[in-house]
Formats: sequence, C-alpha cells, structure tokens
Amino acid sequence: MTKNIHAGREASSDRVFRRTATVDRQAGLGAIARITRMAFRYPIRAWLALIATVAAVLMQLSIPVILGRAVDQTQAVAASMAEPETLYPIALLLFIASIARGIFTLVQNYTAESVGHALAQDIRNAVYGKIQSLPFSFHDRTHSGDLITVGMLDLEGVRMFFSTALVRTVLLGLLIGLGATLLLSTNLALGLLALSFVPFAGWRSTVMRLALRRTWLILQERLGVLSQVMEENLAGIRVVRAFASSEYEMKKFEVASKSALELSHERIETRVKNTSAMTLAFFISMGLVLYVGGRQVASGDITLGTLATFLTFMTILQMPVRQLGMMVNGYARASTCGARLFALIDHEAEIENAPDAQDLKITNGTLKLENVSFAYEGNTDRPAVSGISFEAHKGETVGIVGPPGSGKTTLMHLIPRFYDPTQGSISIDGQDIRDATLSSVRQAVAVVQQDSFLFTTSIENNIAYADPFTETREIRGVAESAQLHDYILGLPGKYGTIVGERGVSLSGGQRQRLSIARTLMMKPTVLIFDDSTAAIDAGTENRIRTALKDYAKDCVTLIVAHRLASLMHADRILFLEEGRIIEQGSHEELLKLEGRYSDLHELQMRPNAEILANKVDTQ
Amino acid sequence: MSQTKPGQPHDPHDPQAPQDDESPRMRAVVGSDRIEEEIFGRVFDGKVTQRVWQFVRPYKRNVVISVAAVVTFTLSQLTIPLLIRYAIDNGMAPDAPSTILLGIVALFAIVIAINFFASRVQELVTGRMAEDVLFDIRRAMFSHLQRVSLSFMDKTEVGRLMSRLQGDVNSMQEFLETSVLAIGDLLLLFGIVAVMLWLDWQLALMVLTVIPVLFGVRILWLTRARAAFMAAHEANSITNGALAEAIHGVRAVQAMDRANLNAELYEELVDNTYKAQLRASKLSQIMIPIVDTLTGSAMAVVAVAGGLMVVSGRIEVGVMVAFLFYIQRFFDPIRSLTMQYSVMQRAMASGHRLTEVLDVDVDVEDAVDASPLGDSDDGSVEFRNVTFGYNPEHPVLKDVSFRVNSGETVALVGPTGSGKSSSMALIHRFYDVQNGTVLVGGRDVRDVTQKSLGRHIAMVLQEPYLFTGTVRDNIRYATDWADDEAVVEAAIAVGAHDFIEALPQGYDTMLAERGSNLSLGQRQLLSFARALVTDAKILIMDEATANIDSYTEMQIQKALQRLLEGRTGLVIAHRLATIRNADRILVLQQGRLVEQGDHDTLIEHGGLYAQLYQLNYASFDDLPDELSDEDRTLAT
Repeated sequence: MTKNIHAGREASSDRVFRRTATVDRQAGLGAIARITRMAFRYPIRAWLALIATVAAVLMQLSIPVILGRAVDQTQAVAASMAEPETLYPIALLLFIASIARGIFTLVQNYTAESVGHALAQDIRNAVYGKIQSLPFSFHDRTHSGDLITVGMLDLEGVRMFFSTALVRTVLLGLLIGLGATLLLSTNLALGLLALSFVPFAGWRSTVMRLALRRTWLILQERLGVLSQVMEENLAGIRVVRAFASSEYEMKKFEVASKSALELSHERIETRVKNTSAMTLAFFISMGLVLYVGGRQVASGDITLGTLATFLTFMTILQMPVRQLGMMVNGYARASTCGARLFALIDHEAEIENAPDAQDLKITNGTLKLENVSFAYEGNTDRPAVSGISFEAHKGETVGIVGPPGSGKTTLMHLIPRFYDPTQGSISIDGQDIRDATLSSVRQAVAVVQQDSFLFTTSIENNIAYADPFTETREIRGVAESAQLHDYILGLPGKYGTIVGERGVSLSGGQRQRLSIARTLMMKPTVLIFDDSTAAIDAGTENRIRTALKDYAKDCVTLIVAHRLASLMHADRILFLEEGRIIEQGSHEELLKLEGRYSDLHELQMRPNAEILANKVDTQ
Repeated sequence: MSQTKPGQPHDPHDPQAPQDDESPRMRAVVGSDRIEEEIFGRVFDGKVTQRVWQFVRPYKRNVVISVAAVVTFTLSQLTIPLLIRYAIDNGMAPDAPSTILLGIVALFAIVIAINFFASRVQELVTGRMAEDVLFDIRRAMFSHLQRVSLSFMDKTEVGRLMSRLQGDVNSMQEFLETSVLAIGDLLLLFGIVAVMLWLDWQLALMVLTVIPVLFGVRILWLTRARAAFMAAHEANSITNGALAEAIHGVRAVQAMDRANLNAELYEELVDNTYKAQLRASKLSQIMIPIVDTLTGSAMAVVAVAGGLMVVSGRIEVGVMVAFLFYIQRFFDPIRSLTMQYSVMQRAMASGHRLTEVLDVDVDVEDAVDASPLGDSDDGSVEFRNVTFGYNPEHPVLKDVSFRVNSGETVALVGPTGSGKSSSMALIHRFYDVQNGTVLVGGRDVRDVTQKSLGRHIAMVLQEPYLFTGTVRDNIRYATDWADDEAVVEAAIAVGAHDFIEALPQGYDTMLAERGSNLSLGQRQLLSFARALVTDAKILIMDEATANIDSYTEMQIQKALQRLLEGRTGLVIAHRLATIRNADRILVLQQGRLVEQGDHDTLIEHGGLYAQLYQLNYASFDDLPDELSDEDRTLAT
C-alpha cells in the first residue's frame, strides 16, 4: 500500500479545490472578466446573442402597446369613429410582432447557449490536459473527488454564465429600462404603481436564490454523508452482518437521513415563502393599477387601451423579474466556479520538459543515481530518501528491501520522474533525466505499481494501454509471460472481457499480473517492480520470474519486495532504512554480514511461532 | 467480491469481442466507465403504483389538503381575468359610480389573498410530503437490504444499489411533487376553456383551435426533443466518465505515457458532446417561436373577430381583454402536462426498479419462538451432517460433521473452493443449511435470535473493513456497551495502541475513506481490536492472505494469540504459524471434511494436509487460482 506514505500529507491537501473553500473576491471578479473574455472569443455568436436580445426586448415591449391599440381601435370602431377595416392591420401587426419575438428569442437563447457550449469545450480540453500533466505531488495532496467536481460541476457554472447571467442582465436591464420609460412617460402615477412590485420581487428573488444556494451547498454535504453511510454499509455488509449491527447501522442512517431531510424542508420553506410573496406583490400592484387606472379610464384621462397596455406589460415583466435571482446566482456561481476552475488550469506543473529537452538516447542502458535525496512537501526536515548512489547496467537485477517507510517506493518514483529529487541526479546513459523529454523518460522507465489502476475496458485494451497500436500477438506474448494467458482464456469474453470498476472483478494477484503484462508492453530500458508481486502466490511468481528472464536481458530490473524470495536471486540487493542504504551486496554476502538483512531472512524463512514471539519481545 | 456475471457491461467503443484482425485504433479508448440504465419505462404500471401508494398512504391527509389547495389556487387564478373584465365593463364606464370599481377591486384583493394562502399551503404541503415519502422509501429499502440474503448482496454491485437508493428514489420524488401540480394544470386548462366558452362560445371556438395544434406540435416535438436530450445527456456522461477515469488513473496514465494520445481521444468525446448539446439546445429553443406564432395568431383572432363582435355589440370590450389575458396563460399548462408525461414514464421505470429491491427475498429470519443465546450458553460449535449450497444442485458442503469445544482453537485448511468460508458463514447463520444442523452453544442456530447470535460470535474478515469515523468509533463499532476504557484496553491487547497514539489526534483521528490513511497491517490490527471489544465467546476469523511485511506480521501473530485467549476459535488459516498454534486442524476438500487432528498427527497420516505442507507454499489455501497440472500432480 502506497497509502501510508501519504498519511501525513493528507492534512496539508490543496484546499483550493474544495467545494467548501471560500473564494476571494479578487479571484472571483477576475474569473468573471475572464469568462466574459473567453465568451467573446466567439465574437459572431456572442454579439449575435446580444443583438437578438435587444430585438427580442423591443418586440416584447411592442406587444402590450399593440394590444392597447387594438382595444382602443375597437372602441373607436364601436363608437363609429373609425372603419372596421382598421382592425386588420393591427391584428396583422400583433401577429408579426409575436412571431418576431419568438424568432429573436430563439436566436438569443440558442446563440447564447452555443457560446456556453463552445466555451465549455475549450475548458474541458484544457482541464483534461492539465490534470494529466500535473505531477504526482499535486495529485497526492488533491482529493480526486474535488477535481471531479471542479471538472464537472464548476464547468457547468461557467458554461451557464453567458446565457443565464450576462445575456439575462442585458435583457432585464433593457426590459425594465425601456418599459419604465414607456410607462412613466405615458402616465407617471400609473407607471409607478405598475412598476412598484419590481424592486420588491427583484430583492426577494435575489435573497431567495442566494439563500437557496447556501442551503444547497450544505444539503449536498449532508446528502454526501448520507450516501457515504449507505455506501459503506452496503460495501461492508459482511461486517455489518458479522456484528449483527443492523440496528446500529439503521440508527446511523436515521441520523444522517434526518439531518438531510430537515434541510430539504427548510429549502422548500425558503422557496415557497419567497415565491408566494413575489406573487402577492405582483397582484397587489395589479390591483392598484386596476383601481387607479380604472378611475382614470372612467374620468376619461386615459383610454381603456392604455390600461390594457399597462396590465399586459406587467404580466410580461413578471417572469424575468422573478428570475432576477437566477441571474444574481449566475454571477455568484460563475465567480466561485470560475475561480476554482482557473486555479486548476493555471496551476503550474512542477515537472515539465526543460525548454531545450531532447529525447533520451538509449545506448548501453545504464542507470545511474548520484547522491539522490528527496523530501516530500511540508516534510522537508525529514527526507524520505537521502544520499542514494548506485549504478546498474543492462541485464542486471537490483533488489531493494527494507522496513515499511524506509523510502523504497519513493526512490522508485524518482526514476521515471514522478517526482524530482531535491538533491543529486539520476541519469540514463549519461543523460540527466531532467534534461530529457518527459515522454521519453516515461517510455524508458516502466514501473509495475503496488496498487494498479485498471481501466474499465477489455483486458486486451488494458494490456495494450501503453501501446494500443501493437500487434495482437504481442499482447498474447506479454500475457503469457505474466502467467495470465490461461486465466484469460477461461473467462467468458476471453481477451474482450471487461475489467475495472464496472467489469469483472479480479483478485489482487490477477490485477498484479495484468499490471505486469501491461508494463512489459512498454519494452523499457529500466523495469521496476514496486512490491508488485505481493499478492501473487510463490509458485506463480516463480514461473513469472522464469518467463521474465528474456526481458531482463535487455534492461535494468529493479525489484522492491517484502518477501525475500522475490529478490534473493538479484545480482545485488540494497537494504534501505530511513531513506539510506545501510547494507548492500549479493544475497550470500548480505547473509554473511549477519546484519539487518540476515535478521529478516531468518524471520521469513523460519516462520515458527516461538521465534516470532521472541522477535517481537526483543524489539 | 462479485464473480463473473451474466450481462456484463459492454464496452461502448467496441461492441464485439475483439477479433484478431481488429483495427488497433479500437484499442485506444478513454472513459468507457459509465452506468447504462434504461431511463424510460411504461407510462403506467398498476403494480408499481400500488407499491408506491403504500408509501403515500400515511400522508393521505396531506394529499387531500394539497389537492384542495391546488384546486383553490387554480380557481383563484382563473378568476382574476374575469374580475378585470367586470372592472372594465362595469366599473370604468363614464357614468359608473366609483363604488362599483372599489367593490370589484376589494373582491380582487380577497381573491389574491386566497391565491396567496392556497399557493403557500399547496407548495409547502406537497413539497414536504414528497420529501418525506422519498426518505421513507429510501429508509424502507435500506432497512430491507439489511435483511436480504447475503448471496443477493454478493452478486449485486454496490454502485447499482446506490443508484436505486439515490437516482431512482429521487425520480419518484419528482413525480410525486409534480403530480399534484399536474392536477392544477389540468384544471387550469379545462377552466380556461370553460370560462372562454361561457364568456362567448363563438369567439372561444375560434381561439381554441390553437389548443389542439399546440398539443399536437408539442407531442411531435417531445419525442424528437427527448431523443436529442438523451443523446446530449449520454454524450456528456461519457465525457465526464472519461474525465473521472483520467483523474483516478492519472498515475497509470503518466507511468505509461498515454497523456497525449488520451488528450486526442478526449477531444473527440468533447466534440461529440458539443455537437449533441448544440442539437439539444436547438430543439429546446425551437418551441419558442412556434408557441409565439400560435399565441400571436390567437391574439390576432381576438383583435379582429373579438373587435368586430364588440363593434356589433355581441360582447363587451372587457370580454375581449379577458380573452387576451387567458390566451397568454394557455401554454403553461400544456407545457407542464407534456413534461409530466416524461416524468411519469421515468417514475414508473424507477418505481419498477425500487420494487425489485423491496421484493428481494429475506431468506434468513428469526423463528417466531426464537429465544436469545445467553451468557449461560457456552462457546461450543457443532456441525451435524451439514449439507449446504448457494445453488441447491451444487452443494459446497456435503454431510459435514464436527464439534469444536468451548475454548478450543481449530484451524480450517483446504484448497480454494473447499467450503471453508461457507462453513464459517453457516455458524453465523448468514445462510440456512439445506440438511443437518448447526449448533452454537448447544442450540440450533435457527432457534435463537440473530441478534444474540451476533453477540455470541465475533468475526474477523479477511479484508479489514473500516468505516468513516474516528479510530475509537471503529473499534467500538456496534458494541455500544463498551466504554472508552474498554476500547483502549482492546487496542493495547492487540498491540494497536502505540500506533494509534502516534496518530495526529490519537483515538479521535478521523479515518479517511476505508481507513486508507493507515497501512494494511494497521487496519488489520484495528479490526482485531473491534472483534476483541465485543468480548464474544466465539471468534471466527478468516486470516488475511495478502503478504504484509514481516514486522507487521509478527505483531499480527501476537495479536491473534491474544484474541484467541479464553475463546473458542475457528480460523481459516493461511499461515503456518497460525496452523501450528491451533489445537486441532480440520482439512476440507471439495466440501467434505477429509482429515482432522493436530499437525504432527496429520503429517504422520500423510494425507492432503501433509501434501499441502510439503508443497511449501507461503500460504495454505492460497494455492494458485488456476492450479496447474504439474502443481496438482506434485501435490497428490
């Protein structure tokens, strides 16, 4: 398990990407500016959206006016002051304005959304590329769940910004601005009454949205706890049954469930209270307009058509005003989501190609470590590895052994440049790996990891992961070497069987063998086994070792293992303790030394209860 | 661990099992990890409805209230344009006394007050009820899953169950909440039609022709739009799946230098998503001009035909204005109702899956007259002619009989599939035997309560499983009668105290997911402490097979000895040290008990045990999964 070495670092994890982390104002404003700039990278669509918005607003405003005209004209005709034919052009105008409003709204919404989608496309690719290029140290301190939410939810927040916040601001601004001018200039008192619900509804809507957003974030957290309780229970159902603890588990569930339910109820309350208040405010204004306007109609100060215009305009304005909160929320969301997203995109990769990096040129296949030291971030006074020097040539096998936490895995991670040493240098055929291209180093140095991640795809695709364009028989070949071929043929889908998270589950040993097979595909110059045979039984391991002899001829092999049988055959064995090499030599030499290595050997080769007990007591 | 299942997920990028002549490009894929689920089902399913109704029934009163409220609310909505009409026709005539208008506006005030309260009541009651039902369904499912047979749990992926408990339950909630609103929408639609017809049937008929057209267009549109939305959703989740894969597998990607190729492949996925989303967006917006055209034409009809009717004196101008108001409300109920159709389809499909979970059989239940195992019952375990199989046709245990006396330690050995784990599971009554009897403390396990059996037996599983929570919570787990001292004592006893104290907050340190911030050995020690703290009379243990470093190994051996002190121990043993320390060894092969006795006796006997021993594998049952023929001949 690599996990124990991460233990100390979990605490100092990169909180920037946490959902609960606060985003500073400056970064938030910067994010909004940047999203806007990005949107205008699609100038035609972006401007078209804005122009269509203006046109849609004008049509929107024209409809109440035309309706008012229709009413007035009807009354005029009724009073025989006009010809009935005069009604036709008005009706036609109404029809055209309606269609035009529909079309402009379509253009406005569609182009605005398409700007959002285009923007999302750019950001998605940038995020993906960045995540793949950020080094291990970044991923060590960043929770994978946080990155996933940044890449999915935060992306949505940014994508929606242009259509729900920016365009809507223009829409609402114009609608209220022009509408108010129109109404107030027609009749000041009535106009004021008609618009009186706007500030109230806008305010409630904003307050509500922001409150809902806050409770939503907390609710997500609580639902997260609830789903964790359920998920852990189901995954650990054997423990639950073994301890007959279903009552206890139900209690846990109830607590989590109740706290989430309470908050959901609170959310409903917030929503209902505010929306009904908004509706009430709207109807109150309408009642006032009806009364005051009605009196004016009766006294002949205004026409009935004008009153109808006022009432219709209020109905039209109602929706966007209620959505004001959404718009404000759009800004709030875009600023926090954008700040997190850009923090990720702008994150500097600490391990990158040097400006004048060249591909590694493999000649003799010699690996050389000179005085290599490394300390994890935040742990600089306790280096994980210090002063390591050794050289290994093509065809040689070096074993590395030592107690847990002695720096074996860390050392192995320095060779393919997963981390850069804090001191000293690593070179292959005389070329410092920091001067070579990252890609060529990774191809030259292959690591079979302790915990191998399998991709959810066929076994074949997994084995050919490093070289998907290879020949099918190459795949069979490495599978045979890893003693996996016969097992694969026994599966229902053979090489096409899906493995990984959602596929057939493999045992620890099978996973490790698959991992060995896919690493062999790389035909590396340096082949590293990082405690990667621990779950493979000794018999199979032996057969793998025999099969690997062919590969080992052409590369340097480094084997990290706890089980001495896995590395006894090595040409040289390094015994690591607290990051330093304290013994080295061949198996026989080290036994003669009667030091730490030979203690370990005695312990493992004679697993007798009394010896074990004694060892523990004397430690 | 789930075994190979029928109906495994397919790799969407390569639907056929790979052939030899398959193009290599097909091997290069990113992100095929996603859940495929049928989203839409039948619109109506009587059985499902009945099942769901059982959960709604306790809230019958609330249902009545919210329906009454939604009806009131809708009626008040309908009244408003009518009041405007009366205000215009009666209150605003030049000769009308101002009291009439005042009266109508007062009426208007009453109506909006009713509207306000009705909408509040309706939304609050419905919203809360839907939430409550949602949580009730989830609770019922979760609690049912605590009782269903373990073999169901073994063959069902946790992710699948979680999507039942979350996604499916949520779509039921959505359905419940909107179904009350649908009543209102339906009422509103019919109300508008009725009021218009009542106001003037001729004008109404002219205007109402747009309604069937609207409905028709909407339904035609819905099928196409839904396909587009699904496609966009699907493309999006594939892309997100690929992102998740890149995040989880970043170390493997970098180690195998696939970043560049993956970025290229991902770009294709993103591009597909972009196109699918644009299409969905186009389809969702196309409805706007259509609706506007239809409402526009309805308004034009009112302007001309209504206008002429006013002129001819057939209707008053207020009626015309009321018509204009009603027309603007046409489309809302039609939109909601057609949406409701999809919601209902989704809900039925979800409901079907939910009932599937709720209907999973509970195989093992307490007998009606079950009595608890008590302190007076000893720690003996006995199998009498036990036959058992997950599939009755293929028993994994055949006529097995043995007895373990109180206080004795017995090691079970045998090749993979010999029935060791099944025997252990039977002692705890995870399953019921087909034939024979399992006795614990001298009593048939079917005659005692499961809860007391759980207290009588402590179990340590092969893989230590820890929960999110503090170290202390994990040791105490369900043993709520154990105080903090007992927890510390247990930790000291198994040798976990020192490393726990060294953690940042000692016993109060929060464990990350599954205790991933501890080493495997440390997790094992914690699971020992958890078993020890229960102070059960019987300890069942499946020894870990994973190789851990020798230092931790020693501690674990010591802890195991401490754990077995004064207890009956049944250990599925893999380590030589463990086996040799046992009082007796039971050797199982292909479901039968073939040998028993202590190490020396068995070696002398020269049977299977002796052969396994001589094979000198690191662990005993962990012979290779696919024991090769040479191995087999070597062993026998």
